[in-house]
Amino acid sequence: MGITVGSVVGVSPAPLRLVVDDERAVRPRPGASVPVVESEAQLRSLLQGLAGVDAVGAEARAAKLATRSLKRETKRAAIDLALSMVDLTTLEGADTPGRVASLCAKARRPDPDEPDAPAVAAVCVYPDLVATARVHLAGSPVRVASVATAFPSGRASRAVKLLDVADAVAAGADEVDMVLDRGAFLSGRLGEVFDEVVAVREACGPAHLKVILEVGELVTYDNVRRASWLAMLAGADFIKTSTGKVAVNATLPTALVMLEAVRDFAESTGRLVGVKAAGGIRTTKEALRYLVVVNETAGSAWLDPTLFRFGASSLVNDLLLQRRKQRSGAYARPDRISLD
Amino acid sequence: MDERPASTLSALEYDPAPESAALARLRESYGLFIGGAFVEAHDGATFETINPATEEPLARVAQAGEADVAAAVAAARRAYDKVWRKTTGAQRSKYLFRIARLIQERSRELAVLESLDNGKPIRESRDLDVPLAAAHFFYYAGWADKLDHAGFGPDPRPLGVAGQIIPWNFPLLMAAWKLAPALAAGNTCVLKPAETTPLSALVLAEILQQAELPDGVVNILTGDGSTGAALVDAALDKVAFTGSTEVGKVILRRLAGRPTRLTLELGGKGANIVFDDAPLDEVVEGIVDGIFFNQGHVCCAGSRLLVQESIAEEVLHRLRRRVDQLRVGDPLDKNTDVGAINSAAQLEKIRELTAWGEREGATRYTSPCALPERGYWFAPTVFTDVAQTHRIAREEVFGPVLSVLTFRTPEEAVAKANNTTYGLACGVWSEKGSRTLWVAQRLRAGVVWANTYNRFDPASPFGGVRESGFGREGGRHGLEAYLDV
Repeated sequence: MGITVGSVVGVSPAPLRLVVDDERAVRPRPGASVPVVESEAQLRSLLQGLAGVDAVGAEARAAKLATRSLKRETKRAAIDLALSMVDLTTLEGADTPGRVASLCAKARRPDPDEPDAPAVAAVCVYPDLVATARVHLAGSPVRVASVATAFPSGRASRAVKLLDVADAVAAGADEVDMVLDRGAFLSGRLGEVFDEVVAVREACGPAHLKVILEVGELVTYDNVRRASWLAMLAGADFIKTSTGKVAVNATLPTALVMLEAVRDFAESTGRLVGVKAAGGIRTTKEALRYLVVVNETAGSAWLDPTLFRFGASSLVNDLLLQRRKQRSGAYARPDRISLD
Repeated sequence: MDERPASTLSALEYDPAPESAALARLRESYGLFIGGAFVEAHDGATFETINPATEEPLARVAQAGEADVAAAVAAARRAYDKVWRKTTGAQRSKYLFRIARLIQERSRELAVLESLDNGKPIRESRDLDVPLAAAHFFYYAGWADKLDHAGFGPDPRPLGVAGQIIPWNFPLLMAAWKLAPALAAGNTCVLKPAETTPLSALVLAEILQQAELPDGVVNILTGDGSTGAALVDAALDKVAFTGSTEVGKVILRRLAGRPTRLTLELGGKGANIVFDDAPLDEVVEGIVDGIFFNQGHVCCAGSRLLVQESIAEEVLHRLRRRVDQLRVGDPLDKNTDVGAINSAAQLEKIRELTAWGEREGATRYTSPCALPERGYWFAPTVFTDVAQTHRIAREEVFGPVLSVLTFRTPEEAVAKANNTTYGLACGVWSEKGSRTLWVAQRLRAGVVWANTYNRFDPASPFGGVRESGFGREGGRHGLEAYLDV
């Protein structure tokens, strides 16, 4: 690994740093730094100056990478890696402390029969359940993530959104998943979107900030690329595809475009930003395809829970089933795996 | 809090994922396919076909001589006169649909066999060669009963017996490109696959038997250049050749003064033109697909990259990073991107031309990938500082070797792209539609791709101008080459 990043478990992440000791690592170019955004006009010209995305080509590239075949040791390692990257998520109106408690137990020890199965990266809940999750994850490396800023639509005033964030952080969230203001973005009020991310970043304090682009509402890959850069320039630690609450969530080509963005951003600024693919990823096969795209787009540095995550709930059980299959050679009965 | 163990995976080093060679159902020897039956050569001659990835022999194949050529042409003539010319379009269509479906049914076998014999990655033979071959039969099956509406007048007539000589870069696909339109139009055929890649055409012959295609409608003769020469000299109504410009010229001379129709699909030195507003990540993929697809053994390869000088550095930076990622090795491994060079002779030619590139002052960049010890391999290579005068900018390398040139204005891009004796294919990369069209109208090439490269579809005509040949394959236009119009 050519990268050192802030402690995974601590609550005060050190600035992400790039150490060049690996041939394959992304290297910042000479003089790399994060540009200071001073005006909306400057931000607009910066985003519009990004190279466009050809949809046909991006989808063809993703489809080609999806044909990679992971076998044997690679597959075993990739399944464990994917498991360690999951943000085990419950975001329902019907969530209760009991439901969160059982999810936390699952997060800490996903497969009770296989103690070496790694814990997941985080448990992701609504702000009012952060404290519950905190209690049930005490002493474990699993982080607590909370959605905030009037998730999933983001349709509330700035003040309400910031209170939502402050609430989650005060309750002990290590990570905050905010939603980008798609309405403002689509109507061209880029400065407003930028300022909001900056304000949320501040409100997060030591907590990591993931910015949800909601790619299903941005629709075009050009928008996805620009929104990715906007979020990164405003201080996002992660850019995340989706809320999981709209018709189109994470897709492989969208993740490809976002991974290209974090790679290019790292090269031009020296700052590493993570990517979280969320919504609709249910099978090991799909998850491994994402890892291949990570590996061959952003590079090996991103093959780490500090820089790539899956936002998912049912994915974990398929990973566990496939993990057992890799070890025993036979599929376990689904009842061997806990419900959640 | 306890410590999370460090990730054990610093990079996804893919374990080997080989397709089973047994799927190819290789036999020790293969005969000629004449009059619906497999026969030995008249004089019993055979030659060996080898696996270019290992240099191990795969099978012995009959070497067709003049007597075999005469027998095959006679069988095709008989089949034409007695059976095929009397069939209705709907009947021919039925056979073509059957062939297409049988190719799909035996697709894994064909893909593995093609990769063994040719050296191309299984991903390409599985995802491109074989599906496209089936698609061509499906496409022309649809035309067979609609020739009246193809724009060549009412009731257009077939030509008769066609001699078809195909190259080694896409053995099965080129066979499909040749046979499907010829059969749809009502001709009978004598097909000669390339010397180094005869096997998939012989499995296709089995498929023709399975499809119960009448005997003699298609005959397949394996052999070297002398077989091809004898075929060209036979009493044919039509010759269709895909291969080098050098051989194409010889055929053109030999057919001069004879009533035999001719179409030629020859070499190329395609320009891939990248403007400063192009979608850069897709450009990089397009450049890679343009020159490293099929080890660069593609007549329409984008072997000259013409990049606007203002973004050349950025494009090359991204291109090098991508070239380093290309996985070169075992063609049967599902994760291989670039396979083996098809033959020792071709490898020698690539080496000679790249040595010239260095001698003439171009800067060479070669992927640091490890190459297998045995077999014919050439690491993906990019030449920068290339001038229009260099041999690597003018001659077809037919290998994984890219020459990078720069331009300043659209006019200069067009002038440089057209400054070649060839004219098969070009690519234009720009997000500005008006510029793409302006450039495309001025390029002298049979095919111009916009924001993509090496895309093939049976509905789209393909062919060249100038020393890249004449005649079109694919689409409605492809019928014209086999109709008396």
